[in-house]
Amino acid sequence: MKLKGPDLFVPLGAVAAAMLVFGVFCAALGVNPLGVYASLWKAGFGSWYSWQNTLVRASPLLLCGLCTALPARAGIIVIGNEGAVVVGGLGAITAGLSTAQMPSLVSLTFMVLAAMLCGGLWIAFSVALQHYRGVSAVISGLLLNYLAIALMNQLIEGPLRDPSSFNSPATFPLPLDHRLGFFSGTHVHHGLLFGVIGCLVAWFLVERTTFGFSMKVAGGNVRTAKLVGLPVGRLVVMAGFLGGACAGIAGMVEVAAVHGRGNESLNAGYGYTGILVAFLARQSPLGVMLFSVLVGGLVAGSGMLQRAHDLPDATITVLEGTLFLFILLSDTVYGRLKIPGGKANAVAA
Amino acid sequence: MSVTRRQLLAAMAGSPLLAAEHAQDPLVIGFIYNGPKNDLGYNQSHAEGKATLRKFPWVKAVEEASVPETVAAGESMRDMIYQDGAKVVFATSFGHFDPFTVDIARENPSVQFFHCGGLYDEKKHPKNIGIYFGFIDEVEYLSGMLAGMSTRTGKLGFVAAKPIPQVLRNINSFTLGARSVNPRVTTKVVFTGDWVLPVREAEASSSLVDQGIDVLTGHTGSPRVIVQTAERRGVFGCGYQFDQSSMAPRGFLTGAQWAWGTVYQRVAQMARDGLSVTNGTIPRRLTGTLKDEFCKLSPYGPSVSQTARERIAAAKAGILNGSLGIYRGPVRDNQGKVQIAAGTTLNVADVELDRMDYLVEGVEGSAR
Amino acid sequence: MQLPPESLGGWGLVVALCGGAMRGSIPYMFVSLGECLTEKSGKINLGMEGVLLMGAMTAFGVSDLTGSPWLGVLAAAAAGLLLGALHAWMTQQPAVNDVAAGIAMILFGSGLAFFFGKRFVAPMAPQLPLLNLGGWSHTPAVASALRISPLFFVGIALSFLLHWVFTRTRWGLQIRATGDDPQAARALGIDVNRVRFFAITAGGGLAAIGGAHLTLYFPGIWSEGISGGQGLMAVALVIFARWSPRRCLAAALLFGGAQALGPSLQSLGINGYYHLFNASPYLLTLAVMIATCSPNRSLTGMPGALGKK
Repeated sequence: MKLKGPDLFVPLGAVAAAMLVFGVFCAALGVNPLGVYASLWKAGFGSWYSWQNTLVRASPLLLCGLCTALPARAGIIVIGNEGAVVVGGLGAITAGLSTAQMPSLVSLTFMVLAAMLCGGLWIAFSVALQHYRGVSAVISGLLLNYLAIALMNQLIEGPLRDPSSFNSPATFPLPLDHRLGFFSGTHVHHGLLFGVIGCLVAWFLVERTTFGFSMKVAGGNVRTAKLVGLPVGRLVVMAGFLGGACAGIAGMVEVAAVHGRGNESLNAGYGYTGILVAFLARQSPLGVMLFSVLVGGLVAGSGMLQRAHDLPDATITVLEGTLFLFILLSDTVYGRLKIPGGKANAVAA
Repeated sequence: MSVTRRQLLAAMAGSPLLAAEHAQDPLVIGFIYNGPKNDLGYNQSHAEGKATLRKFPWVKAVEEASVPETVAAGESMRDMIYQDGAKVVFATSFGHFDPFTVDIARENPSVQFFHCGGLYDEKKHPKNIGIYFGFIDEVEYLSGMLAGMSTRTGKLGFVAAKPIPQVLRNINSFTLGARSVNPRVTTKVVFTGDWVLPVREAEASSSLVDQGIDVLTGHTGSPRVIVQTAERRGVFGCGYQFDQSSMAPRGFLTGAQWAWGTVYQRVAQMARDGLSVTNGTIPRRLTGTLKDEFCKLSPYGPSVSQTARERIAAAKAGILNGSLGIYRGPVRDNQGKVQIAAGTTLNVADVELDRMDYLVEGVEGSAR
Repeated sequence: MQLPPESLGGWGLVVALCGGAMRGSIPYMFVSLGECLTEKSGKINLGMEGVLLMGAMTAFGVSDLTGSPWLGVLAAAAAGLLLGALHAWMTQQPAVNDVAAGIAMILFGSGLAFFFGKRFVAPMAPQLPLLNLGGWSHTPAVASALRISPLFFVGIALSFLLHWVFTRTRWGLQIRATGDDPQAARALGIDVNRVRFFAITAGGGLAAIGGAHLTLYFPGIWSEGISGGQGLMAVALVIFARWSPRRCLAAALLFGGAQALGPSLQSLGINGYYHLFNASPYLLTLAVMIATCSPNRSLTGMPGALGKK
C-alpha cells in the first residue's frame, strides 16, 4: 500500500478541525486557545525532553491499539483490550516469578510468551464467541474486562500476594536484572521497542502476506471468503489471538519495565485508550504508530493544561472525544472525495 | 519564566539543575493526586492542605489531579521540575512511590521529594526522599468512642475498600474505641474491593443498616456516600478522610480527618530556610499524630450530647498527655489469638502496627 | 434512633436483594429501554455510558442550581436527547460505523460530564422525593426496601408503554420495519432516516434519566466513578433481554439485585472471594449469552439490520 494524498490529508484535516472546535470550547470558557495549543505543543512535542515524555506514554498505546486494529482487519470490533492487558500482565508476572532462577533473557522470553498466550487466548475467546456462537465480541469483551479485573484483584490480594506488600497489594517483585531497561540517556524504557516492532510486524502481516490478505477478505465479506475456500473461522480467531497477544505484551511491559511486579495498576486504562488509537488510525498498523504518538503527546500535555491554565484534568478527555468524532466523520468526507486510489483503500479499511 | 527556560536548557544539556536561586524567585512546590481533587475525601484532604500554602506569598504551588499510579506519576513529577522549576514535590498517593518517586528523585538530586506513606529503605532509595504520614488511629478511636456511646443496637458498620493494614488499623482502632465505652459493641465489616465505587458503597451501607447496625462509617477514597446513606436510613454516620458533616446534617457524629496543611506548611518553611532531607536537616520520616495536628476530629454533629463531648475531650486529653494508649494489651483478634500481650502498650508509631493483618475481637468480618 | 430489628434469618438476604433490585435496577432499566428503542431501529448506541454520565452530572448540577430535582431530571433528559441526536446524526453519515461512533460518544460524553462536573463540588443536591410504601412494616430492612423512587414506577410504566408502542402502534411498526429491513421499509414509504433519528435521540433521552437516578437518589452524589460501567452493561442487557422492553425490565431487576449480592453476603457473614461475588453479574450475563446465542444470528427479536451497514 502506497500512501496517497487523502490517506494523510483527510485524517490530518480531521485533527485540525477537532483542534479548532476544541479551541472554540476553550475560548468559550475564557481560556486563550492559542495558549492552550502552545502548552500542548510544548509539553508533547516542543523539545527532546517532551518527546521522551510522549514516547513513554505512547509505548503501551502502540500495543493496545493493535489489539483492536488487527481483529478489525478481519471484520471484528474488539474492545476487550483492557482485560487482555490485565491477564497478559498476570501471565507475565507468573512466568517471570517462576523463572526467576533462570538467566535474565530466558526469563524475559518466557514472560513475553506467557503474556502473549494469556492476552491472545483472552481476545481469541471473545472473537470465537462472536464467530461460532453469535455473541457480539463488543459485549463479551466488555464483560471479560470486568472479569479480568476481578480475577486480578483476587489473585493479587490472594495467592499471588507478596506478604510484605502491606498497603498496596502486589505480587513478589521480579529480580532487578530481569526487568526491561531504558534507552541510554533517556527515560524511555525498552517497552517502546515491543510496540514499534509489533506495529511493523503487524503492517507486514496485514499488507504483505497471504495470511493478511485472507484476513482482509474474510473481514470484507464472509461469503466470498468461504466461496474461495478460506478457513474463515480460523483466520478470524487467529486475528483475535494476535491482537490480544499484543495487548498481553503491553501488560508484560507494565510488569517488566514499569512496576517490576504485578499490582492493581495493571488496570490503568491503556486498553481503552488503545481503542481510541485504533479507530483514529483507521485500523492501520502504521497509523497506530502515528496516532499513538499523537495521543501520547496529548496525554503528556494534559498535566500542563492543569498547571499552566488551571483547566481540569478532564480537559484532555474532551479533546480526545472531539478528535474521535471528527476522525469518524472524516471517513464520510473520505468516501465523497472520490480521488483515484481512495476507494480501493476505503474498501481495504 | 526565565527559571523554567534555564532549567529546561540545563535538563537538555544533561547537566544537573542549577542550584542557585534568585532571592525573589518563588519556591515552587508540586503536588500530584491520584484522583479528582474535589472528591470530599482523600484527594481533597491533600488539595486543601496544599491550598493552605496560599498564606505564604513566597510559595508557588502547582498541582495535577487524577495522576494514575503508573509512568504518568513519574512524568508529571518530572514536568513539574523541568517545566515549572519545582524544588519540592509531594506525591500523595501510596502507589506513586515505587518506582516513580524513587526514579525521579534519583534523577534530580537537587529536588526534595516527599511521599505520603510507605517505607524508606536506605539501601535502595536515594537520599532526597522523605516520607510523611499521619497516624490517625487515635482519632478513629475517639470517633469509635462516640459511636459506642451513640449506638442503641450495639452494632456498628464499617464499609472498607480493601483489607490492607492501613484500613485494618482504622477498623480496629474504631472498634477498640467503641468497646472502651461499651464492651458489648460489635463492628460488622463489608469490603467493597476498591477505593471509588459509589454504587457498591451505598449498597454495602444499606445492607449493613438492614442487619441492624445503627452507626455507619468507612474507609474508602471518600466515605461521603456511606455517611449520606446512613443519614437517609436514619442511623448515625462517622466520616473519614475529610470533613463529611455536610453530607449528614442530622445524623453526623464526628469523623477522623486529615490535616495535611500542617505538613505542607512545615516542609515549605524548612525548604525556604535552606534545610533539606538529603543532608538530614529535614527529618527522613515526618510522621505525626493527633498531638502533632496531622489529623483531627471533624466537627461534632447536632445530636452529640454535652456528656459525650466531655467524655471525648477527656479521652483526647489522655491521648495528648500520653496516659491513654489506644493499643493497650491484651488485645485479641476475632479468632481468639492474643495479638498484643497483656502489659504491652503499642505506640501508634510502632512499625509492628504497619504489618497488621487481623481484626480485633468484636469485629465481624475477615481480614483476608 | 431505631429499634433492633426482628431477626430476618435467611429472609434477610432475600429482602436485601429485593431492595437492591428496586434501588439499583433503575439506571439499568432506563438505559436498556433507551438502548432497546435505539436498536429496534437497527442501530446500536454503545455510547450509553457517556450519556448516563452526562445525565448524572446534568441532573445533579441543575438540581443544585435550581433547587428542583425534577428540573434536574428534565435537564438530564434534555442532555441525553442532545447526545442521542449527535449519535443519530453521526451514524447516518455514510461510512460511519455505529459501534465506533458509540465508543467516541463514551469518550466525548464522559469528558464533558467530568469537565463540567468539576464545578459541582456542592456535597449534596436536592434529592428526588421517595414513595414510602413500607410504613406498615416494623422491620427496618423491609420498610427501607419499600421506600421507592418514583422513577422506578416510571421505568416500569415505560417498559409496558414501549412494548405497547412496538406491538400496537403505527410508530412502533415503522421503527420495527426500519430496524428489520430498511430497504423494505423505504419501499413502504417510511422515511428510514427520520425514524432512526427519532428512535436514537429518544433513546438517549431515556438513558440519561437513569443517570439522574444515580445522582438524585442512589447513591445520590456526583462522582466521576458514579456509573461504574452501568451504561455499558445495560447495552449487554438488551441482548440478554432479546430486544423486548418487558424482558429489559426483568433483566434490569435481576442486575440490580445481583449488584447487592456481594455486599449482602458479606454483611450476613459470608466472607472471602468477594471480588468474585462482586463480579457475578458479569459472569452471569456472559454465561447466559453463550448459552442462548446461536451462530446463525437468527435470534428471536433481533432487528435484522443490526450490525449491518
